[in-house]
Amino acid sequence: MINIDLIESTANELMQKAAIEIPEDYLGGLKKAAKDETNELPSFVLNVMLENYEVAKEDRCAMCGDTGVPRWFVKLGNEAQVQGGMVALETALRKATANATNSVPLRPNRVHPLWRTDHNNNVGIGAPEIEYGYEPDGEWIDLITVHKGGLFGTDYRMLFPSDGMQGIKRFYLDSLMAFGKRGLACQPAIIGIGLGGSKDICMNLGKRASTLRTVGSRNSDERIAEMEDEFKELGNSIGMGAMGFVGKNMVVDCNIEVGYCHTGGMPMSVHAFCLSSRRAVARIFPDGRVEHRTDPDWFTPYQRRETVEWEPLLEAAHESS
Amino acid sequence: MSLREIRLSTTPSDEAIADLRLGDIVYLDGLMYTAREGVYMRALEDQANIPMELPTQSAANFHCSPAARINDDGSFDMGAVTATASFRFSKWLPEWMDKTGAKLIVGKGGMTSKDYKEFFVPHGAVYLSTVGYGTGALLGRGIEKVEAVHWNEELGLAQAMWVIKCNKMGPFIVASDLNGDCLFERENAKIAKNIEKAYEGTKPAILKRYGESDDRSDELI
Repeated sequence: MINIDLIESTANELMQKAAIEIPEDYLGGLKKAAKDETNELPSFVLNVMLENYEVAKEDRCAMCGDTGVPRWFVKLGNEAQVQGGMVALETALRKATANATNSVPLRPNRVHPLWRTDHNNNVGIGAPEIEYGYEPDGEWIDLITVHKGGLFGTDYRMLFPSDGMQGIKRFYLDSLMAFGKRGLACQPAIIGIGLGGSKDICMNLGKRASTLRTVGSRNSDERIAEMEDEFKELGNSIGMGAMGFVGKNMVVDCNIEVGYCHTGGMPMSVHAFCLSSRRAVARIFPDGRVEHRTDPDWFTPYQRRETVEWEPLLEAAHESS
Repeated sequence: MSLREIRLSTTPSDEAIADLRLGDIVYLDGLMYTAREGVYMRALEDQANIPMELPTQSAANFHCSPAARINDDGSFDMGAVTATASFRFSKWLPEWMDKTGAKLIVGKGGMTSKDYKEFFVPHGAVYLSTVGYGTGALLGRGIEKVEAVHWNEELGLAQAMWVIKCNKMGPFIVASDLNGDCLFERENAKIAKNIEKAYEGTKPAILKRYGESDDRSDELI
């Protein structure tokens, strides 16, 4: 049984880490970009960003004043049990979100869409979002918080099989052009592409590709991994850099996730996780251990499974019989 | 050409503004206030009295919502500050400049050269862009003091009018000048030359969207 107070205190810590500490993988990607950039304006911008990350850590201050819209991804091992059940878990995550908004402080970004009313704590109807995943074996839970920006850099389009790769590339470039000008996407960004699923799942896949995968990771499908390399290069070939200035670095990395879709369609979404790619992860065990990391490691073989049954479980069953 | 660094007062002289060139790096000293849609609507549409002496106290309008809190004892803690995209506020700015004498509009991403020529230049104003975006922690170091927060109860923390005392706050980039030229449009024009090459081997989507055709009697297939 996982202690509920430990969940809340860990969630508080994650909220703070996400807002203040740039993840190592993104930092590495940006350092490389800063080194490669030869144009004066974007080069200045990237170096100032690198300095900003240091200052944020030193001053224990949010790296960006727009601290995004906090959300949670919770992954549970199949045998995990939470003290008080899932309602207690959701309450703990909502409490941590509200507490951290005041204590860090974060910007209370969340308002009612129509009445613009504000609880000053980033909690409200449907906020923070909490999404779930499961993993065979394990009594642990993973808490992942992501504070993605909420305004620019994301788009969706229903493409069709006859649009093909040429259509996919066109929509990808259109999205980068639309949000890259004047730097509205706060690039260089981790670009996430969702392909397939239904419309909502397609958006979700792209969002997760940008926020739950790291710079340097590659899809386990080799052909998709090749596309990721190609699309990264394509995005950087536009000649647009940080803040939309002439430059070489638009895409720190490109991650693609797919899901099965309607036979007649090929829905596509594009997401940009910005210069303040805020994410933090911890695994909590029933014995009270907490392991912090920055890689959500969300897309395991189980998450990308294609079969009816989970084959390793089947194999294990066969072996024991 | 290397980038010029300039210290600028938030109540700048006309000469100091005239001296600014596109792409200059600016650090600000003096009082700056935040004002975005909430403040504009309250001051201009609801005609509420602006709770500061403008532009005597400050001619610098920051399009910003800080990550900040008001403590129980009434003091303030401001962590990171970062600008929000300014293009959305264009419709209020001519009247705001008339009313407040704002000379420095500080935000994210700038406005159009049309806006600059139509109402920035006649008001002797220029646009300063934040850098990055998202140098919130760095800008936070340039805040000597949070002087006041106005209209917090009416507008909430994010939309309230925060008054901050800047001490070498920056960096910002000069994104418009007194000719009404726009740094971002200059860069867009250079990038445009390469777009065709980047788009080689792509094709438009089979199903169009309104917006790609503005004729609503059109079919989109």
